[in-house]
Amino acid sequence: MNHPPRTLLDKIWDEHLVASPAGEQPILYIDLHLVHEVTSPQAFEGLRLAGRRVHRPERTFATPDHNVPTTDRRLPIADAISKQQIDTLRANCREFGVRLFDLGDADQGIVHVIGPELGLTQPGMTIVCGDSHTATHGALGALAFGIGTSEVEHVLATQTLRQSKPKSLEVRVDGSLAPGVTAKDLVLHLIGRLSTEGGTGHVIEYTGDCIRGLSMEERMTVCNMSIEAGARAGMIAPDQVTFDYLRGRDHSPKDFEKAVERWSRLPSDPGAVYDRVEIFRGSDVTPQVTWGTNPAQVVGIDGAVPDPATFADASDRESGRRSLDYMALSAGTRITDIPIDRVFIGSCTNSRIEDLRAAARVARGHKVAASVRAMVVPGSGRVKRQAEAEGLDRIFREAGFEWREAGCSMCLGMNPDTLAPGERCASTSNRNFEGRQGKGGRTHLVSPAMAAAAAVTGRFTDIRGWRYLD
Amino acid sequence: MEPFVTHSGLVAPLDRANVDTDQIIPKQFLKRIERTGFGQFLFFDWRFLADGSPDPAFELNKPERKGASVLLARRNFGCGSSREHAPWALADYGFRVVIAPTFADIFFNNCFQNGMLPIRLDEADVDELFRRAAVGPYRLTADLDRSELRDDRGFSRPIAIDPFRRTCLMKGLDNIGLTLAHASAIDTWESAHGMAPSSWQAR
Repeated sequence: MNHPPRTLLDKIWDEHLVASPAGEQPILYIDLHLVHEVTSPQAFEGLRLAGRRVHRPERTFATPDHNVPTTDRRLPIADAISKQQIDTLRANCREFGVRLFDLGDADQGIVHVIGPELGLTQPGMTIVCGDSHTATHGALGALAFGIGTSEVEHVLATQTLRQSKPKSLEVRVDGSLAPGVTAKDLVLHLIGRLSTEGGTGHVIEYTGDCIRGLSMEERMTVCNMSIEAGARAGMIAPDQVTFDYLRGRDHSPKDFEKAVERWSRLPSDPGAVYDRVEIFRGSDVTPQVTWGTNPAQVVGIDGAVPDPATFADASDRESGRRSLDYMALSAGTRITDIPIDRVFIGSCTNSRIEDLRAAARVARGHKVAASVRAMVVPGSGRVKRQAEAEGLDRIFREAGFEWREAGCSMCLGMNPDTLAPGERCASTSNRNFEGRQGKGGRTHLVSPAMAAAAAVTGRFTDIRGWRYLD
Repeated sequence: MEPFVTHSGLVAPLDRANVDTDQIIPKQFLKRIERTGFGQFLFFDWRFLADGSPDPAFELNKPERKGASVLLARRNFGCGSSREHAPWALADYGFRVVIAPTFADIFFNNCFQNGMLPIRLDEADVDELFRRAAVGPYRLTADLDRSELRDDRGFSRPIAIDPFRRTCLMKGLDNIGLTLAHASAIDTWESAHGMAPSSWQAR
């Protein structure tokens, strides 16, 4: 090897660099392009107008997820405009020869759930999608990031992207997480420390014992929310956990051992230099609850709503005041004293089988509080069937949760699953922005176990003291 | 794409940090399959009251900001979702320039694809612009020819911009066309990675 020590990012970047024309942005090859109904119609239309075709349809996969109803799939879609968008995706995929996991397909689901699940996502790949949570796929050691619709069109037409190389940020987490503390709590804690723009211009590589100790699905939860710290992408070097996860999946390489050999060369070399390094301790993380309107406005379950007047930065003070106003909270309120109206368990952050198992374990034998409406939305058709095979749906239903079909659902509320104005929700999703889950709705981000506990007690509850009935 | 060389326009100050794309264009308006017509929904939840009438307290609704085409905001503008509907809505409303101390990466990229110029300025300069814009109508000129942002009262700062992006904006170039000029390099990469040749011609 004649290279100086390189990071995981360096290796994937070098491998995919098609050209660096003088005075232009570099051209990067894209291995896998995932497409959904909301950010693609204008891109396909652009191709049509220019008389272009999809350059590599076999590297392009589509599914409707953002805008789909999560009620009975045999019923027609009530919202005519939503239906048109889904029909448009169907027509575009047919016209341009793109494989579509359609609504009736057993493998339909949230694009960031089905990619890894089908083995489409693999270590060392470059992966893009017109969605900011594409960073999820970085959990398998890929460089995966969200793009806009014009870039979707660019990738469809050329299978490449114009990209300047981002900077690298190592986020090292030492030690391990305490019992009851999950990957979701870890990433919320990290965002709280890094701030919503701490990662801007960077790709985060998560390293350290704490990260190594996470399961594949937990790693996805961490990488998924990299964008909430402003990062372009998040990634974790592939290891035995990754290989074990991928073995035997539908699209995993036929010669798997040879692929593992190749993937084993991807981790950052000893002595590789990152542009920036931030170090954290797993044991510092407690169950987290957001109190404001961005994911960095977060506090431990044993804490209280902070007083923005005490913030060092003027614009943090101002946005903190605005957030408290919107969230109808006052400084000093104990987090465990905040009652909730709704619970949403789902989204590309927390809708996988391990998430549903964790929530079901909490819900088992309990009842959803009378004042709460709670909903579980599996991330994909496969997750749903797996959960049903394990009897998780029965646990949820008996406890009073609604059990839904796969989709993005109330994470962004494009479909009919929304909060009413003023409703307060414990949500396992990734954004607590104003109006995100419905105009006037108030979102608190939590882990699946914390969401299930809140559903039962009607208020935020420390999962570390939970009475499990199993 | 419409070339961007020089633009002079009225400034609308939006004194907020972390303005996310869900605020710029709420999700209920993402169901359209066109690139146009999003301006009417820009900042919808802030701009309009529950009865659908404009909220007189919202910055863009003030009479002295009518016709504004330069948006001035605080840091981390455009964070959140990758939706290009956000710059589409801003452009359709009439904005050609957005100024902030920092921008979220995807939003920043998306602006250039739509002939819109995002300008990063130091926090102190942004403070100064907010002060100048606070009293009545205020105009700024973004001049890409000279890479300069200025007003007619002595404010002048260089616009830091990637030279390739500057050229693309000034000539209104189509990125796909530019990349297709390198089709043979893409062919070479693909063949080196064991892929069968693919025809570039339209079907």
